[in-house]
Amino acid sequence: MRRIISVLLENEPGALSRVVGLFSQRNYNIETLTVAPTEDETLSRLTVTTTGSDKVIEQITKQLNKLIEVVKLVDLTEGSHIERELMLIKLKATGSQRAEIKRTVDIFRGQIVDVTSSVYTVQLAGDSDKLDGFIQAVGTAGVLEVVRSGVSGIARGEKILSI
Amino acid sequence: MELLSGADMLIRSLQDEGIEYIYGYPGGAALHIYDALFRQDKVKHILVRHEQAAVHMADGYARATGKPGTVLVTSGPGATNTITGIATAFMDSIPMVVLCGQVASSLIGEDAFQETDMIGVSRPVVKHNLSVRHPEEIPEVIRKAYYIASTGRPGPVVVDIPKDMTTPNERYEYSYPKKVKLRSYNPAVRGHAGQIKKAVDMLLAAKRPMIYAGGGVILGKASEQLIELVRTLGYPITNTLMGIGCYPATDKQHLGWLGMHGTYESNMAMHHSDLILCVGARFDDRVTNATEKFCPGARIIHIDIDPASISKTIEADVPIVGPVDAVLKEMLSLVKEAKETPDAEALAAWWKQIDEWRAFHGMRYETNPDVIKPQEVIEALWRLTDGKAFVTSDVGQHQMFAAQYYKFDKPNRWINSGGLGTMGFGLPAAMGVKLSFPDDEVLCITGEGSIQMNIQELSTCKQYDLPVKIINLNNQALGMVKQWQDMNYESRHSQSYMESLPDFIKLAESYGHVGIRIDKKEDLEPKLKEALAMKDKLVFLDIYVDRFEHVYPMQVARGSMKDMWLSKTERV
Repeated sequence: MRRIISVLLENEPGALSRVVGLFSQRNYNIETLTVAPTEDETLSRLTVTTTGSDKVIEQITKQLNKLIEVVKLVDLTEGSHIERELMLIKLKATGSQRAEIKRTVDIFRGQIVDVTSSVYTVQLAGDSDKLDGFIQAVGTAGVLEVVRSGVSGIARGEKILSI
Repeated sequence: MELLSGADMLIRSLQDEGIEYIYGYPGGAALHIYDALFRQDKVKHILVRHEQAAVHMADGYARATGKPGTVLVTSGPGATNTITGIATAFMDSIPMVVLCGQVASSLIGEDAFQETDMIGVSRPVVKHNLSVRHPEEIPEVIRKAYYIASTGRPGPVVVDIPKDMTTPNERYEYSYPKKVKLRSYNPAVRGHAGQIKKAVDMLLAAKRPMIYAGGGVILGKASEQLIELVRTLGYPITNTLMGIGCYPATDKQHLGWLGMHGTYESNMAMHHSDLILCVGARFDDRVTNATEKFCPGARIIHIDIDPASISKTIEADVPIVGPVDAVLKEMLSLVKEAKETPDAEALAAWWKQIDEWRAFHGMRYETNPDVIKPQEVIEALWRLTDGKAFVTSDVGQHQMFAAQYYKFDKPNRWINSGGLGTMGFGLPAAMGVKLSFPDDEVLCITGEGSIQMNIQELSTCKQYDLPVKIINLNNQALGMVKQWQDMNYESRHSQSYMESLPDFIKLAESYGHVGIRIDKKEDLEPKLKEALAMKDKLVFLDIYVDRFEHVYPMQVARGSMKDMWLSKTERV
């Protein structure tokens, strides 16, 4: 099952490599990984999406917790949550394609953020399924380049991950 | 406040931490530190002949004393040579701090001479690692390193020290922190009261209970509490290879150790039990055999300081995260207060069954009037040392024979590389023990394969006068490899036969020690006595033992705990 694990990490050199190292060392999957500093400059927030049985996920969270630089973590998928991913995508856009792409971008509530005579660069945010859906809708033939941020997530309501 | 250079601060920190010995080897990036070491005499440095041995020495010291060991090496090859030793300590949760020199911070990343990313290289095999980024941080980093290494589930911590952090003419204010607090590291100090209560209820209601204790009892200094609980309950106990000595092996409630080469009665009792109390062990694959066939009728209580060890391979019914000594103490007081007592009738029937298993096949082997059996050597050593020696071992058949036939009644006396299985561990570990226990008998039980992996340390033994006794069970082959080839590869002895063995007697003599060869059965005891009588000499006993002996019992691969070979021909 797919899980989103959100981690508060000491903002120290080498901390990220411990997390990534743990996943490869213990044969866990990483599907996406994002990391950036938080409003507290001593902390980074890391979000990792992974798959595995409940037993594997339990081990992942326990092993992550054992890393000295992991301050706190939560499996967001255990409760209701919001997940977002940002995608920048370059699409071949000539002739009649241009209007069609524009319409699809509007339907998916994306924005065209850069334009040349033959290329549109589109920005789209949403959960990962939505981004997959957009790529499917425009057809892979027209896709020149895709860059995705990986998933960021936060719990719904009043639940807060902080120290 | 005093002004000290980084190097002096480092050594002062070690003094203030109460460190007695450092095991190490100098080199370019560590020279400022070695100079600071020279200018004091509180912390003693032991110069090894290979950095791997320094780590095993620190490891032996830590296992015997229960205190963290300390290693000092230079950057690059000095640091990478420690990796096997660090991994050994990591797998067995041994507290240790490894101080590594590093090239100056301005050179890091430039492929400078003797530069290695030690933080990166060591990461998978350390509990934590730290690098010094400013000389002023040194006291705090050192305090943190020892704190992390020796609390919670212990383990090795590497400290990387770039050369410019120890420059002699740059001085800073020194003070050693009494305490260190890490917001992200808070090991459990006691177990969950509700879980402990539940566990005690289950324990008292059990009909066929088994107590399964591991190295955590020794690391957690909980042997006394365990003994008291086990005796109060009157239940049978087994322990892992790492737990040897946590409960007296000669006690009647002790069934010997369990797992791949454990006793018949231990493995049978585990398999047929209805309740297993696991104390500080981790259901390792050498214990469980095939996990899906593991102890089908047993419910499991698992006490461990490390939550990640619980339900990792075998699901626990009652997990208890906490230090084993505190948890066992609470369990004991609940057992004593409880209105219920163990079901005497069920327990008597259970013991009757266990005694039948014991009678069917205890630890035994066939003797031969013309050949020295390795097991005989161990039994003789046990008798001649009154079972009181510190015994270190290397890895292979000799390790299993030593663990099976030397009956340890005390913790911290059996010292071996259980998790990683590191050949070359035994001699340096014995040296670390001997240095701290000069009046005790320290035996290194080894084989002609393993001993050659760190034989150069005979030189260190001479320099520091470390009269350990090396018991080389020489079967002229890599015995355990050969045994597996006999059992699984139709005796195709691929690379397991050691031709061109050195003359170990001359070798020992050339290092300034005594060498004794034993190849006749009638010479065994007299010559062992002769060697043990030489209190101030390192004696290398080269003992020619049966080349065809196998270690039994041995669990059948992919079977349950009760599926064992009891000899070359008996399978149950």
